[in-house]
Amino acid sequence: MTTHRPRVGPLAATTERAPRLDIDALIDDPATGIIVCCGSGGVGKTTTSAALALRAAERGRKVVVLTIDPARRLAQSMGIEALDNTPRPVPLAVVEEGAQRPSRNQGGSLDAMMLDMKRTFDEVVLSQASPEKARAILDNPFYIALSSSFSGTQEYMAMEKLGQIHAQAQLDGSYDLIVVDTPPSRSALDFLDAPERLSSFLDGRFIRLLLAPARGPAKLMTAGVSMITNALTKILGAQVLRDMQTFVAAFDTLFGGFRQRAQKTFSLLQADGTAFVVVAAPEPDALREAAYFVERLTEDEMPLAGLVVNRASPPLSTVLSVEEATAAADRLVATEPDSTTAGLLRLHADRARIVMREAHLRERWSTEHPGVATAVVPALSTDVHDLEGLRRIGDLLAEG
Amino acid sequence: MGRAPYPAAVTTHAEQPFDWSGVQLHVVTGKGGTGKSTIAAALALSLASTGKDVLLCEVEGRQGIARMFDVDPLPYEERRIARGLPVGDVAPGAVHALHIDAESALLEYLAMYYKLGRAGKALDRFGVIDFATTIAPGVRDVLLTGKVYEAARRNARNKKARAYDAIVLDAPPTGRITQFLNVNGELAGLAKVGPIKTQADTVMTLFRSPKTLVHLVTVLEEMPVQETADGIKELRAAQLPVGAVIVNLVRARDLGQADLKAARTGTLDREKITADLQAAKVDVTHEMVDALVLEARDHAERRALEDAQRAIVSALDVPHYELPRLADGVDLGGLYELAAQLKDQGLA
Repeated sequence: MTTHRPRVGPLAATTERAPRLDIDALIDDPATGIIVCCGSGGVGKTTTSAALALRAAERGRKVVVLTIDPARRLAQSMGIEALDNTPRPVPLAVVEEGAQRPSRNQGGSLDAMMLDMKRTFDEVVLSQASPEKARAILDNPFYIALSSSFSGTQEYMAMEKLGQIHAQAQLDGSYDLIVVDTPPSRSALDFLDAPERLSSFLDGRFIRLLLAPARGPAKLMTAGVSMITNALTKILGAQVLRDMQTFVAAFDTLFGGFRQRAQKTFSLLQADGTAFVVVAAPEPDALREAAYFVERLTEDEMPLAGLVVNRASPPLSTVLSVEEATAAADRLVATEPDSTTAGLLRLHADRARIVMREAHLRERWSTEHPGVATAVVPALSTDVHDLEGLRRIGDLLAEG
Repeated sequence: MGRAPYPAAVTTHAEQPFDWSGVQLHVVTGKGGTGKSTIAAALALSLASTGKDVLLCEVEGRQGIARMFDVDPLPYEERRIARGLPVGDVAPGAVHALHIDAESALLEYLAMYYKLGRAGKALDRFGVIDFATTIAPGVRDVLLTGKVYEAARRNARNKKARAYDAIVLDAPPTGRITQFLNVNGELAGLAKVGPIKTQADTVMTLFRSPKTLVHLVTVLEEMPVQETADGIKELRAAQLPVGAVIVNLVRARDLGQADLKAARTGTLDREKITADLQAAKVDVTHEMVDALVLEARDHAERRALEDAQRAIVSALDVPHYELPRLADGVDLGGLYELAAQLKDQGLA
């Protein structure tokens, strides 16, 4: 599955400090029409998307955020009980009394929705096929399994939904900015590969093979083909094969439409109005995923806005080094085993080590990917529970 | 570091020591970013350190094991990646690793059960292998879990293959684990009969048996703890056996309860701190004391949040274990340290 990609970088470089990612310039630019947040799981991608969307809305953009994460907490933090497949308005107007923030939403608005992959798939089928044909597809056991559990469906459908919303927004001006949170894929690249994989699947010889008996006379079946069908029957059972054949035959006319739209969305992602924001945490695994993604975007000529490093340890405010602090703590413990000051010194040493490691990881990453603008967001001690929490993240993102 | 790696007082979290020795298959899951692969590797090492032969499997195509153990990328083939040192008369155990990918598993399965020599190749040529492993829903999981099952049920049938005392599976994340293990449920709507269905049913009998346990890795933060609680509910609803909750990345406990309270309320004795620092020959400044007190407050706040989440974890009615956050990150030495902690706490 994993194709081997060469590393892409300057090959010879000196240590670089990453330029700062100017989030406000990005979201204020009316030319920015789509922001895609991508990165590996557990790095705070969904929260970043929501915070970006909220900030843009409060700075006057008409925003819709498309999330994949079913976390109820996020919906509630935006004042919505549960998100579904239709964009729902997020009430922004509430500005707490005595709050320092003046009403910032000059004409801005925020809608939020969560991708329901089965329903999106169903809607596409219903809109593209005649009622009888649609029914035949929707009732097919193979379709039911494909639309609700196939691990790649989410990526296809996220693409599909993005295309739909964009087309609608172009038509009626309902939104001028779409923020997309990508699925927590095994690999962050799955999202970009979705159209390509769909095409190669649809063009595949196997599909043609499945279609063959439905289309042509049985005598055209070569010995090779019957060997394959026999093997498949052995493995999957005759019933599965029959379901698949029925499905593929019924779905055949829809294939073209699917592929066309997926490719349209892909070129939409390549266009100037799109900005990719790669999200990571200051950990080797998350940064490695971010590196792959950045390199892939560069190769595919996709517009990369920059890197957001979430959950960074707060910087130190004293020059006391790890070695000094540790040595001092050891001296104190020798005379007073329960020394509070020794505890403070060890805490400091631990923290200094973590800060140093993170700084080193980030620096190395920037040397490998020079010129990639970066925003570093310090870890918050609590989860986000409300719009105020999302605003705080937005502030931190903008301070970068 | 000049201190005990971890205070003895907090090493045992299980109310009574659990006996995990009858468990053959340890499935390790966890929310992204909580370190589930690290824990799976540490668990494999700790089991091996008791003299066992352990197989560590990964199924997500990430080559995480190779990176953690600093060895070449793993093929679809069992490789010994760590061997213990003999302690007294006890023979050393070993960790073997296996990188399972669905394509190879399918080809192996076909060769083994159907003797599909030429047809197997033809299937590949027609894109069927690709189709079956990426597009056909559920089939991928059946193949991945099927290979784990095969390794767990080695017997006279396959004489050349090595039998293991224990298998550790670095499984997909918490959000997907029930779907992943509940292979026959996933296939139910699709294949009601046929060999794939039979295979899925057989695999399920192992997963639902007392020989299997699913461990959930979490950190003491709201979202991961919530996801762990949800995951346990889902696993139980699917009759899959829940093992332990392993709390990872726990902050060092350099301050006692009284100090934590003082740090939170801003009542730490600054004069005493200044005097102590001078006594310890530190070139002390006001800013330095300010910084230390501020860092202590931040730490105390996070500790309070951790305690609140720990209370939720304790109420889950599942034995739990805690591992420290290693300030320098996890390298092979770090893995050994974590493995020793798991062993001390009685998980291996």
